[in-house]
Amino acid sequence: MISSALIEQTAETLMAKAAIEIPDDYLTGLKAAAATEDGELSAFVLQAMLDNYEAAKQDRRAMCGDTGVPRWYVKMGNSAQIEGGPVALETALRRATATATKTIPLRPNRVHPLWRTDHDNNVGIGAPEIEFGFEPEGDWIDLVTVHKGGLFGTDYRMLFPSDGIEGIKRFYLDSLVAFGKRGLACQPAIIGIGLGGSKDSCMVLGKRAACLRVVGDRNPDPKIAELEDELKILGNNIGMGAMGFVGKHMVIDCHIEAGYCHTGGMQMSVHAFCLSSRRAVARITADGQISYRTDPDWFTPYQRRETVEWPLPQDHDKSA
Amino acid sequence: MAASSGPRQISLSTTPSEADIKALRLGDIVYLDGLIYTAREGVYMRALEQHANVPMELPQQSAANFHCSPAATINADGSFSLGAVTATASFRFAKWLPEWMARSGAKLIIGKGGMSSQDYKDYFVPNGAIYLSTVGYGTGALLGRGVETVEAVHWHEELGIAQAMWVLKCNHMGPFIVASDMDGNCLFERENEKIAKNLEQLYEGTKAPSLKRFGETDDRRDELIGNASNTPDNS
Repeated sequence: MISSALIEQTAETLMAKAAIEIPDDYLTGLKAAAATEDGELSAFVLQAMLDNYEAAKQDRRAMCGDTGVPRWYVKMGNSAQIEGGPVALETALRRATATATKTIPLRPNRVHPLWRTDHDNNVGIGAPEIEFGFEPEGDWIDLVTVHKGGLFGTDYRMLFPSDGIEGIKRFYLDSLVAFGKRGLACQPAIIGIGLGGSKDSCMVLGKRAACLRVVGDRNPDPKIAELEDELKILGNNIGMGAMGFVGKHMVIDCHIEAGYCHTGGMQMSVHAFCLSSRRAVARITADGQISYRTDPDWFTPYQRRETVEWPLPQDHDKSA
Repeated sequence: MAASSGPRQISLSTTPSEADIKALRLGDIVYLDGLIYTAREGVYMRALEQHANVPMELPQQSAANFHCSPAATINADGSFSLGAVTATASFRFAKWLPEWMARSGAKLIIGKGGMSSQDYKDYFVPNGAIYLSTVGYGTGALLGRGVETVEAVHWHEELGIAQAMWVLKCNHMGPFIVASDMDGNCLFERENEKIAKNLEQLYEGTKAPSLKRFGETDDRRDELIGNASNTPDNS
C-alpha cells in the first residue's frame, strides 16, 4: 500500500526538479549542438541557455520564468495499491501542484479561458491534467511531471494515405518554420510527432513523444526509427537556430509515436517541447522506497502493444 | 565595450538618453540597470480602457516596460519571493502599445519575439524607443539573478499575480538582444530573410496535402479539396 502523503511529498519534490534541473539527456544534446553552432547569434543564445541552467541549479530557481502548464502522467504496476484509492492520488497531485507553485515559486499560469480567473496556484478546471497508464507487472507507481509551455509550437493536420511520407515532411517543415520564426517554439527542442489515432489521441501521442522520450531514444519499429533520424536532419537543415536566428540547430531530437487510425486517414500532430525540456520522474514502490530519474520510460512494449491479448505474469511462474 | 568575439555587449540604463538609444545596433547584447516594470494586457486594459491612474511616475522612474509575468509569490507578510523571470510574446500587445508608449514615455519595450518593422516605424521610432528581446527562450534564472529587489507590486488584487504591475530594481540584468533600431529595422525580419533563401530547396520533394485549410486560401468561397494552386511541385 502506497501512502497518499508520500505521493504528495514526492510530487512536490518532482515539481521543483522539473522546474529547476535540466534533464541530462537534453543537456548533452544541447551541448553537442552548442559545440557546432556557427550562427553568431544562435551560438550566443545557446551559451546563454547553458549558463542559465547552471544559474538555476545554483540558486534553486526555475530555469524559465514561464514555468509552463504543469501536468502529471501516472503509471501504475498492475498490483500497485494506493491508500485512499485513485481519488486520494489525484488530490495529492493537485495539492502538490498548488503548494509547489508557491514554494518554488512557479508562475501561476492557469486561468479560466473566458473569465481569466486565476487561483494563483496552477489548479483549476482540468488543471493540472492527470493522465494514467498501466503496466502488467509491479507494485510501484511512477509519477511524471512535465512543465510544457502552453502557447506555441504545436499543430495538428488531417493527412491521408495518398499524402505519404512527402506529405508528412511538408507538414513537419511547415510547423517548424511557422513556429520557429522569432523562436516562438523555444527551439532547439525535442520534437514529438503523433501519427494516426484519432484527432485527440494523435495530439496525445505527439505530445508524449516530445515530453516522455529522451534524446537518443529510437522507436522500436526500424522504419519509424529511420524516419526519426531523417526528420531530425531535415529540421536542422532549415537553416534556423535558436530564437529563429540563422543557425543549424532547431531539433535536438525527433520522436515519432504511431497509433492505429481510420483506414482512410493519416492524422499527424507536431509538438515542440522547449529549451528547458522540463520533466522529472519518481518511482514509489510498495515498501515506500522512492527513486528519482529523468527518463519517464513511458513507451514500453506494453504501451505500444498491437495484439488483443497480453501475456500476464503468473504468480507461480515468475520466469514466464 | 565590444567583446573580442560574438556580439557587442553593452550596459544600459532603464532611463536611457536619446544618444544611448541611437548607439544601439541590431544584435547587440544589453544588460540593464535601474527600475523596470511589467505591463501586459491586464495593465494596458486597466490603464488605457478603464482609465485607472498608473501608480508610478513614468517615464521618470522607469522607461522600460517588460512584457513579463515573473514566477513569484506574494507572502503572507506582504513580502515577495521572486524566482525566474521570462518575457511573454509581445506581438499580442500591438493593439495597446502606440497609446501606451505615448502615455508612458517608454523607451525600451522588452519582451519575447519583437514586433514587425511596420510597428517599429509607426510608433517605436517616433517615440524614440527600441525593442529588446529576452534570450533563449528563456534565461529565466539569469534574469531572476539580475533583479536586486522587488520595489513594488501594483494592482495584484485587481489583476492577479501574473498580470500585476511588478516594479523591479535591476542590477546588470540580462542578457537582452537589441531587436529594433532607430531606422525601424527588425532583427527577426533580417534573419527571416536570410533563412527564406534556403526554403524552396528545403521543401523540394515534399508534397502539399490533399486537403487544404482556410488560411491556405483566404477566399471562403473556395473548396478545400483538390489541386492547390499554390503548390507548383504538386503537378
